[in-house]
Amino acid sequence: MSRKYVLAVLLAVAAQAVAANPDTSASTADHGKFKALQGPFKTGEDVTQACLKCHTEAARQVMATRHWTWDYTNPGTGQRLGKKTMLNSFCIADRSNEAFCNACHAGYGWKDDKFDFGSEKNVDCLSCHNTGQYAKLPGLAGHPAYRRMEYPPGSGKFVEPVDLPKVAQRIGKTSRTTCGACHFYGGGGDGVKHGDLDSSLKNPRRELDVHMGTDGKNFTCATCHKTESHRVAGSRVAPTAADPHGAILRGEKSGRNPATCQACHGDRPHPSSLGAGLLGALSKGDRLNAHGRTLACQTCHIPAFARGGVPTKMRWDWSTAGTLDANGKPFQKKDEHGHVIFDSKKGDFRLGENVQPDYVWFDGRVDYTLKTDRIDPAQVVRINRFHGEPGAPDARIWPVKRFTGKQPYDLEYLTLLIPHTAIPDDTSLWFNFDWPKALAAGTAAANQPFSGKFGFAETEMLWPITHMVAPKEQAVGCGECHSRNGRLQGVSGIYLPGRDRAPWLDRAGFGLALLALLGVLGHGALRILTRNRRKES
Amino acid sequence: MTERLYIFKRFERFWHWAQAFLIITMLFTGFEIHGSYQLLGFQKAVGIHTFAAWALITLWVFAIFWHFTTGEWRQYIPTLKNVDVMFRYYVLGIFTGAPHPYRVTQLRKHNPLQRLSYLGIKLFINPLVWASGLGLLYYQAWRDAAPAGLTLDMVAGLHTVMAFAMLIFLIVHVYLTTTGHTPLAHIRAMITGYEEVED
Repeated sequence: MSRKYVLAVLLAVAAQAVAANPDTSASTADHGKFKALQGPFKTGEDVTQACLKCHTEAARQVMATRHWTWDYTNPGTGQRLGKKTMLNSFCIADRSNEAFCNACHAGYGWKDDKFDFGSEKNVDCLSCHNTGQYAKLPGLAGHPAYRRMEYPPGSGKFVEPVDLPKVAQRIGKTSRTTCGACHFYGGGGDGVKHGDLDSSLKNPRRELDVHMGTDGKNFTCATCHKTESHRVAGSRVAPTAADPHGAILRGEKSGRNPATCQACHGDRPHPSSLGAGLLGALSKGDRLNAHGRTLACQTCHIPAFARGGVPTKMRWDWSTAGTLDANGKPFQKKDEHGHVIFDSKKGDFRLGENVQPDYVWFDGRVDYTLKTDRIDPAQVVRINRFHGEPGAPDARIWPVKRFTGKQPYDLEYLTLLIPHTAIPDDTSLWFNFDWPKALAAGTAAANQPFSGKFGFAETEMLWPITHMVAPKEQAVGCGECHSRNGRLQGVSGIYLPGRDRAPWLDRAGFGLALLALLGVLGHGALRILTRNRRKES
Repeated sequence: MTERLYIFKRFERFWHWAQAFLIITMLFTGFEIHGSYQLLGFQKAVGIHTFAAWALITLWVFAIFWHFTTGEWRQYIPTLKNVDVMFRYYVLGIFTGAPHPYRVTQLRKHNPLQRLSYLGIKLFINPLVWASGLGLLYYQAWRDAAPAGLTLDMVAGLHTVMAFAMLIFLIVHVYLTTTGHTPLAHIRAMITGYEEVED
């Protein structure tokens, strides 16, 4: 082999590597050459105004989306949802904590209920379109650090100010990192909330995510979450649970959610070597395709979540929050891996890695327990409920993360309570460790009645599992569900071969077979015993 | 003196043994799919069971054709005549050394009890195993158009009942093969085709 040939191969490989990274070379505009982006910029709002000089409609588009409004009315149930309204069992709610939580709002300045949702310059273009060196810090109401500052306050650590012109000039498409800056860290830390979204997906291997693997297809989030006019497809509040259709063709006018598996793979994705006819049932592919009527793709193709080395929270018990050490100081406990499992600010946690999901029937309808809903504290309070009639054409068996916890509720009004937690002042839980004060402040900000008497209710919340799709070799095997005590043991409403049977029928059948066996054995024994007599006759 | 009679023709023997092999295979894999034990693993058991099902269906199509073109179907015309005699032989005579009450000929190769039980298999067990098995195999094709009240667990239950019936038949059938004039005489006949018949 000649040296030239080796060189040519190397060059070809290098060229491919460049082509594989579309963000670096595909754009026809070098934003670094734009006058409007030379700065100086004092604040993020200044950058936005510069962006809007050319991208005149961008802010209006963003303002029409839930990344901006955090507000959503569920058309199925009429419930007012969105992060502005909903409760969860992690940090519970953002009210009174906006300056902290809303670091993940695609805007600048949301620190209380006076935020101006109509002001275009409040839109934060950089949060989604930066290509690095841009971080919105919790506590700064959606702003990055504009000056060198101690962060977190009182920690003795310092963050450098953001270089706004540089970030603006190096603007790009959204990436796993920009989406992940919020979606990987929901619930107060890496991997805490979803279980199938954490920082291991920034540069995952194919084994972790067959689509996003940098050694594979290297998808970004937006490859599936196809976005038009800043409207990002896909939602956990109103998901598409069943999509029994073929792939969406390029250019096809379709009202379907482009983020489903079927949008690309179609609803018969397993190749059938024998066609789809009668003979097809001989083929494994066709048999698997038939399962699509009952199962979500995710059920087999995501064998476990939190697979990337980042644990997810499986339980969060707020009732122990506020516990201080012997010296009256807050403290933390860590497990053998160094992960925090108790924090005086937050209470006790249980973490999970490589967690096998739970499975539920789901047709995409979810309703939520809101701050106004009365609860029954004698029961486990379900923060959300996944609906779906077993076997219905629009329902599939879905993998979910079942998250449990204990959180405060009002003993008199029987509502889940919103605590004031994250803002350094004289009422917040994390700085005063005083529940009554924190609940009084939080409920006041949330405009929620509070009797002053509170307890902790056992709660449960479901999270659909849809990311971290494994390569097909790692898909869940047949016997893992088609068996007793398998993955689908708790799923009702279906007859599952290998799991289900009529016990009386088994007893009768095997009993009769045993009797027949004993009968013929007895008959045979008698023949042997009477052999001599026969010989005589 | 004994006489050698050519009773079972070549296709018939092939049909019998292929069917025996397939039915035992399907009982073995079927009860694993049913969840009675775990040996091959569910996926492999389903694959083999499905393949054997189609092989057996194919074999049956040929066998039905053979029975009608050769007229051999007449061997299964049921009769109740002498059933009591056969029954008495198996319950009593076989122990006392009474002569076998039935004399096999090429035109009447099955005794009345055999006729009844084989016909029962052909007209009752087989069709119901087929129907319920295909119903399970093609559940996706009929599930959304199922007549009211017909559910998968009923179809699976029927399939299981028929599997037990087949299992019980197999146990008794295998035992009765040992009741010839020597224990292996009937089995030998099904291999060579020749039955030794006393004059």
